[in-house]
Amino acid sequence: MSTPNGTANGTTPNGTANDSGAPAGARETTEGTVYTVTGGDWAEIADAAKRADDERIVVNMGPQHPSTHGVLRLILEIDGETVTEARCGIGYLHTGIEKNLEFRNWTQGTTFVTRMDYLTPFFNETAYCLGVERLLGIEEQVPDRASVIRVMLMELNRISSHLVAIATGGMELGATTIMIYGFRDREMVLDIFELITGLRMNHAYVRPGGLAQDLPPGAVDQVREFVKKMRRNLPEYDKLATGNPIFKGRMEGIGHLDLTGCMALGATGPILRSAGLPHDLRKAQPYCGYENYDFDVPTADTCDAYGRFLIRLDEMRQSLRIVEQCLDRLQPGPVMVADKKIAWPAQLALGPDGLGNSLDHIKKIMGTSMEALIHHFKLVTEGFRVPPGQAYVAVESPKGELGVHVVSDGGTRPYRVHFRDPSFTNLQAMAAMCEGGMVADVIVAVASIDPVMGGVDR
Amino acid sequence: MSDPKPTEGPKPAEGPKPTEGPKPPNGVNPDKDLGAQNLPGQRLDHGEVIGVRRGMFGPNNGGDTTGYGRLVRTVRLPGEATRPYGGWFDEVADELEGALEEQGLLPENAIEKTVVDRGELTFHIAREHLPRVARTLRDDPALRFELCTGVSGVHLPGDKGRELHAVYHLRSITHNRLIRLEVSAPDADPHVPSIVDVYPTNDWHERETYDFFGLIFDGHPALTRIMMPDDWQGFPQRKDYPLGGIPVEYKGARIPAPDQRRSYS
Repeated sequence: MSTPNGTANGTTPNGTANDSGAPAGARETTEGTVYTVTGGDWAEIADAAKRADDERIVVNMGPQHPSTHGVLRLILEIDGETVTEARCGIGYLHTGIEKNLEFRNWTQGTTFVTRMDYLTPFFNETAYCLGVERLLGIEEQVPDRASVIRVMLMELNRISSHLVAIATGGMELGATTIMIYGFRDREMVLDIFELITGLRMNHAYVRPGGLAQDLPPGAVDQVREFVKKMRRNLPEYDKLATGNPIFKGRMEGIGHLDLTGCMALGATGPILRSAGLPHDLRKAQPYCGYENYDFDVPTADTCDAYGRFLIRLDEMRQSLRIVEQCLDRLQPGPVMVADKKIAWPAQLALGPDGLGNSLDHIKKIMGTSMEALIHHFKLVTEGFRVPPGQAYVAVESPKGELGVHVVSDGGTRPYRVHFRDPSFTNLQAMAAMCEGGMVADVIVAVASIDPVMGGVDR
Repeated sequence: MSDPKPTEGPKPAEGPKPTEGPKPPNGVNPDKDLGAQNLPGQRLDHGEVIGVRRGMFGPNNGGDTTGYGRLVRTVRLPGEATRPYGGWFDEVADELEGALEEQGLLPENAIEKTVVDRGELTFHIAREHLPRVARTLRDDPALRFELCTGVSGVHLPGDKGRELHAVYHLRSITHNRLIRLEVSAPDADPHVPSIVDVYPTNDWHERETYDFFGLIFDGHPALTRIMMPDDWQGFPQRKDYPLGGIPVEYKGARIPAPDQRRSYS
C-alpha cells in the first residue's frame, strides 16, 4: 500500500529510515508528507497520521484487490470510514487490441474483439460484424438463421454475464452462496457455448456475413434443456437474496445515481434503467431482428445497487423468453451470406485433430477444381476488401451500449476500429456513486456497475 | 466482395457531389482508367481523397515481384451529400442550422460539410465551433441529443492539413436518433476544444483519445494519459507508430512480426 505518489519501493532521501521519527519511511514533498509503507505496524502509521496536521488519508484499493473486479485501482481519500473523494486508476489490462486489429484482415478481427470484454464475447463479435456488414452494405443479405443464432447466443451470453455480476457482487458482500449458485448456472451456459463454438470463451464464432458454422447436432435440445433448468433455478436467487434483510441492507440506497447523473455521465444499461428510463437499444434501434421478439425492458426507480440487482434478475427471465422464441424460429438454411467473395469457402468440420476445413471441401479443391483452390487461397490469405467509409453500430450489451466505430480505407484490413465499451463509460460514475459514502459501500457500488477490466482497458 | 458500383448500399437521394481530387504523381489517373472502376472500393470521382494505394501488398520497399506493382488506386472517403438527405436527416440539419443562426453563428462557418453514407448522418464541424454546436445539439428541444457515446480518434496521414480526426456519436433518446460529428486538426497543431463541460461523459474518452492519438483537448479538466503509463513516449494508435513485436520461429521457419510481414494492402 502506498500513497498515489507511487513511492511503494522508495527509500528516504538520505537513506536513513527513521530520521524524522516517522514509521517505515517518510519524505517531504511539495504535496505534503509522503509515507512509504511496506507492511508493518498499523498502529505506528495511525499515530503518525494523527500527529500530522491534515486528516487526509489516501488509500489505494487495488489493482490487486479481490473486491475490485479485476485490476481496477481505486484511489480513495478517506476520513475515518467515510470516502471523501474517489478516483479510478485504469489501464492495467490495456492490451492494444484496437491497434492490433489494424494489422489483421477483417475476418480475423473477430478473434481479437471477442477478447475485449471477455464476459460478453458474443456481443463484441456481433457488434463488430454488424459494423463490417454495414460498411460492406450486406446487412440485408445476412441469412435469417444466422441472425436468429446470433440473438440466441447473445441472450444466453447476457444470462451468463448477469450471473457473474450477481455472483461476484454477492461474493464481495460475503454472500458466498450466491457466488456458488451463480457460477453453477453460468457453467451450464458455458457448456452450451462449448458445444456450439468449441470454446468456453473467446469464441470468434460470429463472422462478418454470418457465422463460422452452423449449430452442431444436439445443440437445440441442450438449449431447451437449459431454459427449463434455468427457469427452475432463477427463483432461488429471489429466495436467497431479493427479500433477504441483510442483503437489502447492504444494497438499498447504495451507489445512488439518478437519471440526470446517468445522462451526464453517459451511463447506460442496468444503471440507466435503475433510474427509471426504459432505454434499451434492442427496442429503440433494433438490430439482428430484435423487433420480431416479444420481451419487456425491466426498470426500477430506486437508482441504487438493489434496483440494478433486481433488473439483472429480471433481464435474465426476459432473455430466457427470447431464447425460447429463437428456438421456435430456427429454420434450416445457410448461416453465411451467399456472396462467395465474402463467405468463407469451406464449412468447418470436426476431424480427428479438432475443428478444421471439411474433408469434402479439401477433396474438391485439391482434386477437381483449381479455381476453387485459388479462390479459397485468396480469400483466406488476402481476405476481402471493404469499401472506404465509416460506420457506427451499437448493441445493447448486458452492461449498456456497446458501440463500434469502424473505419475502412478500402483495404483488406480495418483502418481503425474503436470500441465504446459500456464498462469504460459506466466506470466514470464510480466517483459520483461513492463519494460521501462508507468505504464498505464502495465495493457494493463498484459491483453494481459491473465493470469488466478487459472491456475497460481493451 | 460486394458489387463495387456506387448503386450498392444506402446512398443519398441525389448522390454525392463529385469533387476533383489531385492527380496521382505518376500521371496515372485510376478514375479515368477504364479498368480501375471495376476494382473494389472505388467511388469513381466522388468523395474526399485520403490517399493513393499502390500495388497489391502492404510494404512499399520495392519487394513486390508479383506484377501488381503498377496498380494505383485512389482511396476516397464518402463525399459531401446534397439535399435532400432523406428521412429525418433533413429535419435535424434544418433545426441545427436554424438554431445556430439564432445564436448569430453562420451555419456554413460552423458546418464544413454534411455527409450521408450508409444510412448515417455526419456533420463535419469546424473545430473552433465544436463546443457551441455540441451545446446546441444537446439543449435545443427539437434536437435533444442527450447522450454522447464518447470520442474516437482517426489518424489519416494522407488527408493533408486535417490528419487527426475526432469523431463523436451523439444519441437522442427523446427522438431516437443518432448522428455523428467529425472535427479535424492538422498534425502540426493537434488541438480540439474539449466538450467535457457539455457532455461530462467525455472526460475519460477525451483522455483516451489524447493518450492514443495525441489530440489535445483544450479545456479538459485533467488531460493525462489514461491507458498507457504516464511517462510513455509517443501516441500508439497513430499510423506512424509501429505495432512492435518480435519475429517468431515456427517449425523451422522465421516469421516476422505482424507489422513486418508481407501483407495485402
